[in-house]
Amino acid sequence: MVGASKDVRQASPLPGPREAAPERLPRLALIGNPNSGKTSLFNQLTGLNQKVGNFPGVTVDRKTGIAQLGGQRRAEVVDLPGTYSLYPKSLDERVIADLLYNPRSPDYPDFVVVTVDASNLRRSLLLFSQLADLGLPAILALNMTDVAAERGIQLDVATLERELGVPVVPMNARRGVGLAALRIVMADRLAARPPAGRFWQPAPELRPLLAEIRQHFKLPNDYLALHYAHQFRQLHFLSEDDRQYLATLTEKAAFNSTAQQAAETVARYAHINELLLEVVTVTRTERREPASNRIDKVLTHRIFGYLIFLAILFLLFQAIFAWAQYPMQWIDQGISALSAAIQARFHGPLVRLLTEGVIAGLGGVLIFIPQIALLFAFLAVLEETGYMARVTFLMDKLMRPFGLSGKSVVPLISGLACAVPAIMGARTIESWKDRMLTIFVTPLMSCSARIPVYTVLVALVVPDEAWLGLFNLRGLVLMGLYLLGLTSALLSALLLKAVLKARERSYFIMEFPVYRWPRWKNVGLTIVEKVKAFVTQAGKVIIAISILLWVLASYGPGRRQEQAALQMQQTASAGHWSAAETERRVASARLENSYAGSFGHVLEPAIQPLGFDWKVGIALLTSFAAREVFVGTMSTIYSVGQDADLGTVQQKLAGEKDAQGRPFFTPVRALSLLVFYVFAMQCMSTLAVTYRETKSWRWPLGQLVYMTGLAYVASLFVWQVWGS
Amino acid sequence: MAAQQPASGRRTANDLRPGESATVCCLKDPQMALKLLDMGCIPGTQVRLAGRAPLGDPLMLVLGDEEYTLSLRVSEALTIQLKD
Repeated sequence: MVGASKDVRQASPLPGPREAAPERLPRLALIGNPNSGKTSLFNQLTGLNQKVGNFPGVTVDRKTGIAQLGGQRRAEVVDLPGTYSLYPKSLDERVIADLLYNPRSPDYPDFVVVTVDASNLRRSLLLFSQLADLGLPAILALNMTDVAAERGIQLDVATLERELGVPVVPMNARRGVGLAALRIVMADRLAARPPAGRFWQPAPELRPLLAEIRQHFKLPNDYLALHYAHQFRQLHFLSEDDRQYLATLTEKAAFNSTAQQAAETVARYAHINELLLEVVTVTRTERREPASNRIDKVLTHRIFGYLIFLAILFLLFQAIFAWAQYPMQWIDQGISALSAAIQARFHGPLVRLLTEGVIAGLGGVLIFIPQIALLFAFLAVLEETGYMARVTFLMDKLMRPFGLSGKSVVPLISGLACAVPAIMGARTIESWKDRMLTIFVTPLMSCSARIPVYTVLVALVVPDEAWLGLFNLRGLVLMGLYLLGLTSALLSALLLKAVLKARERSYFIMEFPVYRWPRWKNVGLTIVEKVKAFVTQAGKVIIAISILLWVLASYGPGRRQEQAALQMQQTASAGHWSAAETERRVASARLENSYAGSFGHVLEPAIQPLGFDWKVGIALLTSFAAREVFVGTMSTIYSVGQDADLGTVQQKLAGEKDAQGRPFFTPVRALSLLVFYVFAMQCMSTLAVTYRETKSWRWPLGQLVYMTGLAYVASLFVWQVWGS
Repeated sequence: MAAQQPASGRRTANDLRPGESATVCCLKDPQMALKLLDMGCIPGTQVRLAGRAPLGDPLMLVLGDEEYTLSLRVSEALTIQLKD
């Protein structure tokens, strides 16, 4: 069970001496339809007091927080995935069943708060009625009363309360209206009883079956037993024997799950319709088209719709490409300054481990924060306003031939800036298969870390002249590389689509939320949550691999490094080199004789068919920390010194000769290397974040093998066809 | 895509013209039906085709008395059969 060990109880920040006997906080679960304002309510209740963990065994985020209730009481709040009913239709929704159907679980909530969209009461009450029949003590948070009022919908709260048998709190969670009342009602409910009324009873012919299940599992009511009969195959907490028992039992009773569910839902709606006759009155003098529909006419227009989406993408791209560069530079400079300051005062191998290994690795983690923060600021605003659903609507048909859905567009485009936040952004895709496909192919989009490599190599071999007197040739080649990345991403998705078996039936159908202004608090909390998740989870892997790479590049087998350095120093003093020149040559000699250098030599036979030598081999290895390290490694190998600018590196590369004395970097060789960088998976941060998002090493390893294999084959093709 | 007639002869939500309303008669695909029922698309509900995506798919279906809008693919709309 992944992540289950870290129990949420440690999240309770109970200070003080009375902690000796930590009392378990009352636990409440927040549940509701998608777009019913559940997240807003959760953020309002818990603020920054949130913690993201995992539901055991699945990849669904488990957000918990501590809420301050009325009368100085506190409770732990669990935010459950949005759902329309208790019959799960997606993997995410199954965690609800696991949490609510096992009264003996330590995580079982003391009561549930059901968020309900007041402008959409009929559908929202379906879920509530199911929860009530389960016998769970409940509070109804009647949310979005402002939208309902706008539409001329009046609700008789007192009647609703009487009919449902639970407290009903009208509120507007986005603005915090009604929150105080809800806190007081919640504090009251800590010793609550389940609602008395029953909305629906299972058919009489099912009674014997349900009675048997009830007795066997000691369940409090028939309705819970019915859910066991429906869902036993997916309930994680049941043992194999239990499942076998239920399978035999339901088979004997000829229990038809689909038909029973349909009948139940229809019956519930009938009851709810009746109930609402007394509660809802709609006064609408004129039938005016809702504002949302009018906005939709523009935003999903066949021309303007795409133009506006393109403009938004352009802005997004500007943000993560250009604006993020400033904070990234500050982080980079700050890390360098810190390393330099430490190295100026202290010496020794431990100091080098600290500065070149640990601090450099830390820098490699922190450097992503601006891009992640900006991307999620954008995504949160798009999600909050309801625009994301329209993007999906516009793009779905275009993406479907490749096995992707409309929701894959934004992660893929973000991948052009950086795959790390892009993969995290794939969270918005509900369908497991679509999400895995998107995560898998996103790193094939040419990210910004490839730019230094592209720039150096393209400038090296492509003349800076116009083609057809119009287009800059270098620009064209660069665009070709980007298109190659995009094409390979789409085709790989197509390939994987055929291989991958869907775990569940996926539905595209979704509700179009009404357009709303974003709540900045929600946007801010999303950013904090995503940055925290990246730093704490992917960050560990990145720092560990950084240290490993540093060791490989700094130490060598036996005393080879020392000998090589000594030899270089002797040559230097014989040749009367300057101190700087000597230092560069020594560094180069040390790298050649390090483990990484040996690796380059070992690798040489394998990469020779691609046109690369051992020097490129070293750069390929160190690129794994981040692709842009390629330039730095090439500088060290060709002993141009670490602070050389791109121009100097280029001159050095251009001056490099092969065994026959001809220039080493011919256009074909450079193209082979470029193609390798387009495809190869050389980014441990991406692998780490893929692991975090998929909770399995299968996916990152698959990316590593597939992309690197693709790179190898493509480079091999280039070099073998045109190179010799 | 425009004149797709299901074998049973009944019109489906996909046959609606933009702006046209009709009443849901039955849901063909049992699995899809459960999802549609959960989302409030039950037999007897009025649906209106608010529009289609520029490439014809997916489509936008307004449920009930302008209560809310669903977005669904043509393949999903084909399972919603309408009363004549």
